[in-house]
Amino acid sequence: MMRRFGTIVLVLFLGVAISGCAASKKKGGSAVEVEDATIGNTTDSTASGIGTGDTTAGEIIVVEENTTNMDDPLGQRVVYFDFDSANLTPEAQRIVEAHAQYLAGNPGMAVVLEGHADERGTREYNLALGERRANAVSQIFQSLGVPADAIRTISYGEERPVSMGQDEGAWSLNRRVEILY
Amino acid sequence: MTPDRIIRRLALWWLLGAFAFSPSAFGKLTIEITEGAGSGIPIAAVPFKWTGSGSPPEDIGAIVSADLYRSGRFDLLPASDFLSRPSEASEVRYKDWRLIKAEALVVGRLTMTGPDQFDVSFELLDVYREKVKTGLKFSVKRSQLRQVAHQISDRIFYEMTGIEGAFNTRIAYVTMQQQDKDRIYQLMVADSDGHDPQEILKTTNLPVLSPSWSPNGQWLAYVSFSDDRSGANIWLQDIASGQRRRIARIDGSASAPAWSPDGRSLALTVSASGNTDIYIMQVATGELRRITKDPAIDTEPAWSPDGRELVFTSDRGGRPQIYRAKADGTGVERLTREGKENAGASYDPTGKRLVLVTNQGSGAGYQIGVFYLESGRTDVLTDGTLDESPTFSSNGTMILYATKMGREGVLAAVSADGRVRQLLKLHDGDVREPAWSVSR
Repeated sequence: MMRRFGTIVLVLFLGVAISGCAASKKKGGSAVEVEDATIGNTTDSTASGIGTGDTTAGEIIVVEENTTNMDDPLGQRVVYFDFDSANLTPEAQRIVEAHAQYLAGNPGMAVVLEGHADERGTREYNLALGERRANAVSQIFQSLGVPADAIRTISYGEERPVSMGQDEGAWSLNRRVEILY
Repeated sequence: MTPDRIIRRLALWWLLGAFAFSPSAFGKLTIEITEGAGSGIPIAAVPFKWTGSGSPPEDIGAIVSADLYRSGRFDLLPASDFLSRPSEASEVRYKDWRLIKAEALVVGRLTMTGPDQFDVSFELLDVYREKVKTGLKFSVKRSQLRQVAHQISDRIFYEMTGIEGAFNTRIAYVTMQQQDKDRIYQLMVADSDGHDPQEILKTTNLPVLSPSWSPNGQWLAYVSFSDDRSGANIWLQDIASGQRRRIARIDGSASAPAWSPDGRSLALTVSASGNTDIYIMQVATGELRRITKDPAIDTEPAWSPDGRELVFTSDRGGRPQIYRAKADGTGVERLTREGKENAGASYDPTGKRLVLVTNQGSGAGYQIGVFYLESGRTDVLTDGTLDESPTFSSNGTMILYATKMGREGVLAAVSADGRVRQLLKLHDGDVREPAWSVSR
């Protein structure tokens, strides 16, 4: 039962104008091209944004709504954090524990914990902060019986924002760990 | 508007005009000078005399003028004020230049001598002493003309200031463009004035950050991702051949590469089991040595010019601040005491100053600061709210950094004394993560 709920995916790519052709040029074939073919799916299942701008730090935003049971924490795949913090709020703790119990009861499943940060602070520090957030979730998973080798943590730092605004409303959506399985 | 400011404004338009007609258009470059400027050395650069068929392949005089102007050390006198247009020392009437208050004068010639062969020569003249200070002659191909212009700028800069020029260097930076659902990243290398941008790497949805030049300018180390399931890792790429390799497989993620001054080691950050620490890797063997062991985040290592010490960012005291350690990891001490947060520090070539990202609190956001190691003082040089990734020029006079214009990332440069600031808008899309090479 990989996905036990119907999802409404709210994909909102905000205010990103597609600019014209790059002024770059290739010379002598020295450029390297790398493409990640798997990423589109991941982005689809996780990108979010409710765009009201009135969220406060630490508040939980429902990214994927469970159409059958709105209160089911397993319907929520993203937990949010305060600025420069990897501490879980009580609501985030509830969501993480629900996923941990589900995964612990379904051996053989693998989970990716993807840590993210908002754009404030340096990119490298935020890469480390995203790692710390993903690891905070991983610790709870492990303490509730999810085998360590079933968990993979990855940080994108501030590189993959879901909300492009420059205010707390946007930042609070970007400080997150996505629980992907 | 003071006469000084009018002259500056005129010089600005003259320079922008020169760019507009430049044969190699490269997107927009805008130059904005802050209020404090205008006390530079007044210098006149006469357009180089062209001998050959058609129009000149490069406007050498304009490239030199733009270099000198960007340094903030010179006030470029507008060409419309020139009373004569000499192209060599013997043609110069010094009183023409004393009248417009030029202290120094640059004259030069560009001559086509073959199908793809050009002679470039110039003289730098002292207007008051009425003598030639220096001059050079080059015989080059068309593709080398801009490089020659930057070498001329370096020579003039050295003669006039006593400081080595850093114009004949290159910069690396990352661009990001949103195309439908995809984010396209390009790692670029360009001349120090933003010209001749070349794509080194292109990825789709795999972020690229933290480029770092090898001291000899041959290699770039940078951070990227190989797919959507493995974390950040470091690649080394030969710029000329395009060949790249991932550094030895690390358990966990690796980031924040910094070449040692001798080019043999990389300081880097490794995140494993939720802890982020500084390591040093021997480039030839891949051998890793751990430098920090704190449970806090330790990242963004940077070498002192003598290679004996590292500075790095750590939040072991609560918030990110700058610390220093010996290259063997001993003697860790906190350096920054002012400001709510300080991060992303690197040394200037003298080892006496650090450039860093500082947050002074009270909602001020993030600016570029210069930290003086001896006094512990920090001078804040910029006024953005999300300024980051500062990088010194090889002579320590300029700092290139990333800032925002609206939502869009752009590069900007500020002189190390904060007097002169400019925006370099090189591309459409987001531009970030600049790194300035030490050598060409």
